Amino acid sequence: MTERTGPLVELRDVKVHFPIKSGLLVDRTVGYVYAVDGVSLSINAGETYGLVGESGCGKSTLGRGLLRLVEPTAGEIIFDGTDVRSLKGEKMRRARRRMQMIFQDPLSSLDPRQSVESLLVEGLKAHGLANDKAETGRRLRETLDAVGLPASALTKYPHEFSGGQRQRIGIARALVLNPDLIVADEPVSALDVSIQAQVLNLLEDLQAERGLTYLIIAHDLAVVRHIADTVGVMYLGGLVEEASSDDLYREPLHPYTRALMSAVPVPDPVVEDRRERILLAGDLPSPTNPPSGCRFHTRCPWAQPTRCADERPALREVVTGHRVACHYAEDIAAGRIRPHEVEPELVRPTDDAAPGDPGELIPTP
Amino acid sequence: MSLLDVRDLSVVFQRRGERPFTAVDKVSFTVEPGQTVGLVGESGCGKSVTSLAIMGLLPRRGNKVTGEVLFDGADLLKLRPDDMRDRRGRDIGMIFQDPLSSLNPVIPIGIQVAEVLERHRGMDHKAALKEAKELLDAVGIPDPMRRLKEYPHQISGGMRQRALIAIALACKPRLLIADEPTTALDVTIQAQILTLLKQLVDETGTALIMITHDLGVVAGLCDTVNVLYGGKVVERARRHELFGHARHPYTHGLLNSVPRLDSPRGERLHAIPGSVADNIPWAEGCAFAPRCPNVVDACLEGPPPLEPTATGGDLRCNNPVSEEVAVP
Repeated sequence: MTERTGPLVELRDVKVHFPIKSGLLVDRTVGYVYAVDGVSLSINAGETYGLVGESGCGKSTLGRGLLRLVEPTAGEIIFDGTDVRSLKGEKMRRARRRMQMIFQDPLSSLDPRQSVESLLVEGLKAHGLANDKAETGRRLRETLDAVGLPASALTKYPHEFSGGQRQRIGIARALVLNPDLIVADEPVSALDVSIQAQVLNLLEDLQAERGLTYLIIAHDLAVVRHIADTVGVMYLGGLVEEASSDDLYREPLHPYTRALMSAVPVPDPVVEDRRERILLAGDLPSPTNPPSGCRFHTRCPWAQPTRCADERPALREVVTGHRVACHYAEDIAAGRIRPHEVEPELVRPTDDAAPGDPGELIPTP
Repeated sequence: MSLLDVRDLSVVFQRRGERPFTAVDKVSFTVEPGQTVGLVGESGCGKSVTSLAIMGLLPRRGNKVTGEVLFDGADLLKLRPDDMRDRRGRDIGMIFQDPLSSLNPVIPIGIQVAEVLERHRGMDHKAALKEAKELLDAVGIPDPMRRLKEYPHQISGGMRQRALIAIALACKPRLLIADEPTTALDVTIQAQILTLLKQLVDETGTALIMITHDLGVVAGLCDTVNVLYGGKVVERARRHELFGHARHPYTHGLLNSVPRLDSPRGERLHAIPGSVADNIPWAEGCAFAPRCPNVVDACLEGPPPLEPTATGGDLRCNNPVSEEVAVP
């Protein structure tokens, strides 16, 4: 990778809560969806931070909160020395040039009635960078070339491309503004297997060439392991484990990470026949009413009668560079605590605002 | 005799004013009783259409299905719609990808499970509901008595998929077709469902056709794997042979292009160039030729035949990856 300096982005105790409204005439807030509930992490310049977790764990909301596409309820977001949350209006808009986003579904995130040229120029215009026509044209061609599309693509429309090519357009749109940070929310999960590798390689090449910093959000652990330097695992709005990619996969310390990793199928029958699965009982609890204490204790095969149910574990450094939010991480790693059976608890999908649905935002104080 | 013998199954979609499109092109494979067979491929390879054709669930207009689907020696494609309806659900069960859209949203789950039992096993409503409770219990749904009265939107995605499995297995079919049963689910829930399927298949002796794009799912589950590309089987092998020594450049490329959890980091992925859209019609040569690293002149002269290999599989390739090259 490129030179490693201090953190480019730092999140401190970031919370994103969505209110649940009810009532006929007056909207009363009857509860909150605790989508992101106190996450602190830092991303070094030129590095890739991978955020993994299952649906509903708040990973996408965190990524959007970082760019203030949804307004965080509390916490600090320090981007290159300035608190992004203190920026207002025009200043925030201008700051966004340096942080761009790549979305999951390239077809629905590209306007079908805009040509590729218009899609790419839009961002440049918004930031007053499209004054010189010849220069703009050069910049567009250069960007398209960087993502592996021919210059002839400029006059075409999104439907004329295949899924992989559309994702390249999405990447080009983020890239054309020459950002420092790119937040990629599930950049390959909508693509066919053989195309995923192309896009992952492209993201790596671009990082090497331009020294980009990535926050990659994905549910696929194998993808994140491949691309990320540091990996954070989220469960129900909180970070449960964070370590360098190699450390995390060599020795996962949090019970949830262990279960998650043992659940990922490996395309190798020899490995598949041998490996032991830690099957989690039940479903992810609802983020409107998260379990007390450790969020994972309702499904944790290692849960203990003391502390787990009433004290929320903080993310603490257990081994150098390896942070875990579990009271008993050392005991579990040393084998002093044995896993036990867990009765599945019934979980109901919330009929109220889903965590992905921004609904109405809480005004920031 | 095989339980299911699919011979030269072709499905051609034809709309007025448009060129006919061959989605499935002379696919043949067999399923033995109790065996698990995988159909693997990317979007557009014809794997789902194959399963719909076997089940007779393709729309009646706009397509032409040819070939034979022999179930216990009887051709399912020649059955009258009424007779086929008797078979579906009783002899062959099916699990679909998206449990929310394949369950009826306005009917309680219990009724939907009991419906199959009433229709095929002639049970009365009360007995069927009782049996439905047992079934929900067997697929690991907690508190099944109360779940009977609930609607699909009231339970989670994993539970819905379990309910769907309960419906498919209600009549103890001899063949179960699972079309991407875990694609819509989270990985920990996927592990639950796959373990459940494996256990049910072992217990009941049901044969299973597993349709998926995920090579990892196949590696742990299937006895024999068929790899499809552009509507044709390009490689068929027992799973250890397939994953150990993939011979077809497409299979080989697929295995090399997926990042693996247990492989060392920092290696570049070997992507297959181009996309599935870069096919050429099989009549003009091998559909994979435009993306193939091993392409030779013969590949563009006509479709290569599906030939048996030394290891007991079948292969459709003029210039396969050498046997010595093991997939890392």
